[in-house]
Formats: sequence, structure tokens, C-alpha cells
Amino acid sequence: MQERNISSNNFEQCQKCSLCETVCPVMKNNPDYAGPKRSGPDGERYRLKNGIFFDDSLKYCLNCKRCEVACPSGVRIADLIQQARIDFSHKAPKLRDIMLASTDQMGPVAGAFAPIVNFTLGLSPVKGVLDFALGIDHRRTLPKYSSETFVHWFKKNAASKQASFRKQVSYFHGCYANYNYPQLGKDFVAVMNAFGFGVQLLENERCCGVAKIANGMIPAATRDAHANMEAFRKSVAQGLDIVTVSTTCTMTLMEEYPELLKVDNSDVKDHISLVEQFLYKAIASGAVKPVWKEGWKARAAYHCPCHQERLGLGIFTVELLKMIPGMQLTELDSNCCGIAGTYGFKKENFKVSQMIGKALFDDIAAAAPEFVACECETCKWQIEMSTGVPVKNPVSILAEALDLEKTSELNRA
Amino acid sequence: MPITNDFDVIIIGGGITGAGTARDCAMRGLKVLLIERHDIATGATGRNHGLLHSGARYAVKDSESAEECIRENKILRSIASNCIEDTGGLFITLPEDEESGYGLDYQKKFLEACNKAGIESRAISPSEARQMEPSVNPSLIGAVVVPDGSVDPFRLCAANVTDAALHGAKILVYTEFLDFIRQNDTILGVKVLDTRTGQTAEYRAPVTVNAAGIWGHGVAEKAGVHIGMYPAKGALLVFGHRVNNVVINRCRKSADGDILVPGDSVTVIGTTSTKVPFEECDHMEVTPDEVRLLLREGCALCPALASTRILRAYAGVRPLVADDSDPTGRSISRGIVCLDHETRDGVKGFVSITGGKLMTYRLMAELATDAVCRKLGVKQACTTADTPLPGSLDGRIETVSKRFEGKVSLGQKSAAGRQGDLVGKILFETEADKQLVCECENVTLAEIKYAVRELGVRNLQDLRRRTRVGMGTCQGTLCIRKAAKALAEALGDPSAADKLAADYLDERWKGMRAVGWGDTLREMEFMQRVYKFEKPYSYDEV
Repeated sequence: MQERNISSNNFEQCQKCSLCETVCPVMKNNPDYAGPKRSGPDGERYRLKNGIFFDDSLKYCLNCKRCEVACPSGVRIADLIQQARIDFSHKAPKLRDIMLASTDQMGPVAGAFAPIVNFTLGLSPVKGVLDFALGIDHRRTLPKYSSETFVHWFKKNAASKQASFRKQVSYFHGCYANYNYPQLGKDFVAVMNAFGFGVQLLENERCCGVAKIANGMIPAATRDAHANMEAFRKSVAQGLDIVTVSTTCTMTLMEEYPELLKVDNSDVKDHISLVEQFLYKAIASGAVKPVWKEGWKARAAYHCPCHQERLGLGIFTVELLKMIPGMQLTELDSNCCGIAGTYGFKKENFKVSQMIGKALFDDIAAAAPEFVACECETCKWQIEMSTGVPVKNPVSILAEALDLEKTSELNRA
Repeated sequence: MPITNDFDVIIIGGGITGAGTARDCAMRGLKVLLIERHDIATGATGRNHGLLHSGARYAVKDSESAEECIRENKILRSIASNCIEDTGGLFITLPEDEESGYGLDYQKKFLEACNKAGIESRAISPSEARQMEPSVNPSLIGAVVVPDGSVDPFRLCAANVTDAALHGAKILVYTEFLDFIRQNDTILGVKVLDTRTGQTAEYRAPVTVNAAGIWGHGVAEKAGVHIGMYPAKGALLVFGHRVNNVVINRCRKSADGDILVPGDSVTVIGTTSTKVPFEECDHMEVTPDEVRLLLREGCALCPALASTRILRAYAGVRPLVADDSDPTGRSISRGIVCLDHETRDGVKGFVSITGGKLMTYRLMAELATDAVCRKLGVKQACTTADTPLPGSLDGRIETVSKRFEGKVSLGQKSAAGRQGDLVGKILFETEADKQLVCECENVTLAEIKYAVRELGVRNLQDLRRRTRVGMGTCQGTLCIRKAAKALAEALGDPSAADKLAADYLDERWKGMRAVGWGDTLREMEFMQRVYKFEKPYSYDEV
């Protein structure tokens, strides 16, 4: 009798099967967290009645979105939880949260004094102060800052060559490649160039905003989102698709902008792709051809980041890495590493963060790879700190395994 | 057969009218016996919108009812704050109402009538209405704000019964009226059957009050008097969540499906009005035509209903005093009918209280109690309008939940909303007490134990009426075994758990079957899978 019985209030599709609870990494490790079903669809019914039913324990959700992957009814459980935090948590973000979240404001400052900052942040008395004064856990290895940003390097060393390529893409590098690890951006440019793609920067790229969303800084995140959307639209208008390297940035641009920030991205969404997906499709369709280095060999284990799984894109990375002749790849079981962006940096979450990651760490130890392949920068910090095994981005692995010169010759024609 | 003579008055019927009469009589110092064949609030009391009428609906046609409503509305707000939510209400005018003669001219007439009846009301612009209630049909051309609200009839009835008991009344549920004890033209008392034990008993009192709703027709017949009642079935649909936070009515002559009420965690649309035979009153089923009609009219008030999950359908029977000239029953004033059968029919010691509505139960109780007191020569004045009900000394969740120590859990906040200031009686002694049994409605084990201990719970339906256990999205699929186990243990018979759960699910199933498509159908399949139902279900493919 109802022609459309799929409510726009997506939580209504919840059948209470509780499958989400079985995959929630927090619920297993933190008894104070009510879990995805109760925090999401169940809680929503009562929050609609009265805001007093907002429960503070929603802050324990690390937004890994495993509940959404598991849900047989397609309920956007994690979004419901994030939205409730946006709507009902009126606590002002702490100084610490602002510092952790403002990756694009902290980056330039820290980068300018990178050697001092990196040295200082590594000292245990300083960590003690950060722990005591700010609540950033002292056991956490803090990400290092680079003294030269990727953008600076690109403009100086690479920008002038890009126009010579017949095919062009725009590159959303994200804060991590820019401030913390420019080598990733350099590897990206090298690989894309080798396959015959010129790389252009977006006009005024801003932080994707994910850390701001997680820390309740919604107006700032929304400003970033609008600025980025404007840049994407300009790029698409010029016929340039946007390629990204960070899983979480990509998920934010694709999913969180419309769902949480109410910033419409429907006109450009189909033009954004993660680099592994972009390259796999290009290679598999024969549009580009790789030439692999003779005798390159590696034993790696692939960890699929939670958000990669939510986007359903992990398969592209696996298939891409399997194309490398010398690659011996172990696919690790699907587990959350526990860091979830800024979550694991916070003193109150450190213990739970490490408990969540334990299954993954144990798997890595058992596989004993030379390195872990993973698209996500915060997973990288967590895995390196907790297992001592280096983590490489698939793009960097490609940059190593490809014979870049021969690949470029082959694809120049 | 035991015979007891200790009472001044016997009240037949544990709906809101009987419960209110029991409370009033007890508060005036009478020795009261209330008998109810099922649980309290199982008839029409538990089967309506839960609308706290402002009276605006009756203002144009029946100013007497409208005035009664607004008076009682104000009284209930002060004495039953825990049972009431001050949502406010809108009467909206749609473009198509203009064509049927209920356009903005009618709105003017409506406003005048409201103000004349003492109902505070004011017209607002369509954009103000959309802002006040974003789910309202955006094409509306006018709206009037009135002091409507929502009321939880279960809670209201339970609070009256509890207060009656606190004032010494004896409450016998699952006790069915069989016949009167009669000597010549005088009613001396009642013969009853304990439906659980099969035992019969006799109770005597100088006055018996018939407050049995539509079943009062049959009760009166047993006394040899005829009340021309007829049953008007009203069907309603419960939606999965609160779609609106303000009551939405249609500003036109009362018709089917023109009131949308947000109550607790759901929204209810209703109702229809169909004359049904007396035999059907005990077995109401909602028909596909009724569902279709309610949906169509509901969508006119609030278009989102077209795609909102419907949890279940149910129907109640209004006890209307028949007027054979109008077959639909709509033109009957829902006026209160209080009959002293001594003056009317020459039968002494017998009073009937009927007609009326949930909103005016307290006034009905007052009139009935006045009649009882006249017969008994008691001169106590009625105080029910000034004395808050148990649980309603403080009706605000915010303040009531402060009675718990430390961080207040969701289960505790929800319990505060349901039990009001009686929430202190819920004992959170162990970790298990804090655990939720029903996760849809946040019902803790402690609240269940409290209900069993203090609120006279015999089965899971009784428990549901007092705690909302199993009333949420899954309709008990995920929680009812836990609840059954807790209840069976508390009742001292752990082996009864399976039967309790099965009875409960049968009843839920009946309500879901009428709306079995989409997500509700999936829920039914899930329930069926979990509990291995053998009954086939049918759903409407229209």
C-alpha cells in the first residue's frame, strides 16, 4: 500500500538483528560503549523525542564504519552516530582536539621548524607535558613533519614538466602527503607520469575536514568542504578527473560531505577516484601498460583500512599489487588497527586503541612480512609503532617495483 | 462460594473511567472494589490516539464538549504531568479543503468557536507552521495553533489505579463480571469469575457502577436495563518513529484519519469510524481498506508517512450512545452519559457511566462518584482536580532522573520518563539490574522487576503496558525471551517463560500482519525465523 516504503530516515530499515554489534571493534574492548545499534538507530528514536536521550558514550565510536559494512539493511549507522554528536554534543572542542584536528593549520607552522619540532616531540619530557597538559598519550609515537612540503617541492621540481603529457589529472594530495610525508606525493607524481598522466594541483586544496568532523568542529569542516568542492568543480570543468591517495580523505570527500556536512557533491563525485582504483582500471583495460623491474621481489602483507572497506575499494589495491610479478602478498584478516585518525592519540583512548589493534598486530607478526602494504597514513603510524614492521603505501610500492623509465617510454606513444 | 460485604461501591471495568471512578470514590473515603476481566487499560482506553485534546476539534459543532475538553486538558496538565507531553497542536488547512467548503473562511469560524470555548488558539502563516513542525504538508494554506498534547493512556490509567489502591481500594484484575446479585428491584452486588483460577465469588455493596465501556451494554442488560449503545470501531496505525513533534489535525469537519499524534517514541495516525456488531468488540482486526484510508489521509497531513515504516495497526471500540438517525456516528456528541438507573429504570443501587472520552475521564468519574455519594448520603467534595497522581508530582525527565546517583544511564532516563517521580522505587542493586532487556525502548531489568513487584503484572502484555517492553521496532523479537525469563522468575514459575513469550508474540504478530510489507515484512520474516512460527502469515499485495 505504500508505494515507496524505504524511508529517507534510513535508521528505520534497522531490523535489530544486531549483526553490527558483532563487528564493532570498540564494543568488544570498551564496556562503556553501548555499541552501534543502540548508539545509532535505537538511540535515534529516543533522540527524536528528546535531546536528553543523547548519550555521552557516543564519543567512543571511532567511526571505522565496520557496522555499516556489516549491516544487511544498509543503515548508515556510523553516520547516525556522527550526526548525533554534531547535533547534540555542545561541549566546545578542547585545545588538544583543535590541535589534532587542524592538520592544515598545524602543518605549515610545524613544517617551518620541522627538525626542532620532530626532535622535541620525540623527547620523553615533552611527551610527558603533552600528555599532562593536553591529553595526548605519552606512549604514542607522534607523526613527523617534513621541512619541505610536497606542494613546495612540486612547484619547484615537477610542475613545469606536467604540461607535456597528453592526459591530465588533478591530484588531491591531502595533509599527510603535504606536511608529513612528501615522498608519497613524489612517488605518486613519478608513477602517474610514467603511465603518461600529467599531474596538476587543485586550486587552493584544503584539508578534507575529517579530523575536524571527528572533533566536533563542523563549521570549519564545512568551510573546507565548500572550498574543496569549488576546486573540484573547476578541475572537472577543465576535463580533469581528481585522483586521491588517502583512503580517509577520499571517504570524506565522497560520503561525509553530503551525509554529514550537507555539502552536495553529486556533480563531481563520479570524477573522484582513489589512485589504486584509477590505476587498476587503466592497466586492466589496457589503456596503460606497466613494465616491472627485473628481479624485484618483496614479501608483503596487505592491511585493508576500515574506510577502504567501507568504500568497497580494497579489492583494487589487492589486484593491483598482485600484478607485480615479484610480489608475494598475504591478505590480512579484516580488522581495525585501532587508531582511527585522531582517536588513538587521545590519552583516554590509548588503551582501547591498542586492544582493538591487537588481532591485527598478531596477524602481522605471524605473517612476518618485509613490510605491510596499506593506503592509510594513520594505520601506518599505528602499525609501525605497535609492530615495528614498516608500512608502505601501494603507490610507493609501485614506484619501487615499476621500471619507471621503460614504463614511461612504453606509455609515451 | 466466598461472599464479601465489606464495600461501599463496586466498579465494573478497569479502563480509564473505572480507574478514575475508583480513585475518586476512594479519595472521598468510600470502600471501593474494582473488577476488571483482563488487565487495566485493555479496552478502548489502550486503543486510541493518546491525544490530549484541546477541544478545538469539537469547538464548531459541539461547544459543550469543547469546553469540557479544555477544562480537563488544563486539569490533566497539572495532575498528570508524567502522563502528558506538551507537544502543542496544529489545525491545518490544505488547498483542497477550499473546494470542499473548509477553506480559510471555515478557519475563521473555527478560530472564533475556539476562542468562545476558552481554547487559546491563534492563526499562523504556512511558513510559521512549517517551521514549527517541519514534517507538516508543505502545501498548507493556513494553520491554527492550539494547546493539544499527547497523553499516555496506559500510564494515566495505571496512575489512577495505583492512587485508588493507595486510598484503600481493592483492585481485582482478571476478574470477570458474571451477573448481578439482585433482590427485587435492588442490585445487591456482583458474581464474578477469577479467569485464572476458575473460581467464582460474590461481592456485595449498596452501589454498583457500570464503567465497562462498550461492554457496559451487556452489563446493563444483566440488570434488566437497556442503554442504547453502539460500538464504533476506530482503527489506527503506529509508525516506527516520531515523524512529527507537534500534533497535526485537519481543520475541517471531523473525518477519518485526520489526527496525527506523536507519543513516546512513535507517531500514531487515526482514526476510522465504523459501526460494528457487538460480537466483534473482543476481536478487532484492522482491514486493508482501513489501512489504505488512514495512509491516504495521513499523507495529506504529513507526506513523509508515505515512506515511513508502519510498526503495527490496531483498533479500539468507542462506547457511543446510539443515535439511529446517523449511521456514521460522527454527529453524535461524545458527551458524557451518567445514568442513575433508579430514577431512569427503577433499578436501585446501580449507576452507569458511559459515553465521554479519554480526555474527560476525570469529569466522568466525578459525575459517577457524585451519583454514588448521593445514594450513600456521603457529602465529601471531589478533590481529584487538585491532587496530582502518583508519579506526577514532578513530570520532567530532566529533574526526575537526577534521583539516580552518578552518571544516569539511558535506561534510567527512559524509566524516569515512564514512571515519573516513582522512579526511586526502581532498584538498581546489581550490574544485571542496569542491563537493558528491551533495547528499542530502553527497559532495564530493574524496571521490569519493579513493574512485577509493584504494578500488578501477570503476563508480558501487562508488562508492556507499564514499561513499553517489546513495543519498539522489533516488536519483541530480540527482547521478549529475556523479558519472559525475568517475568517468569519474578512470578515464581520459571517454566512459564515459553508460554508467556509465545502469547506475547502472537499478539504482536496480529498487529503487524495488517501492515506486513517493506521493512515490517522483513521484521516479520526475522521474527518468524527466530521463533520458528508455524502459523502462515498473509499480507496484502494491493
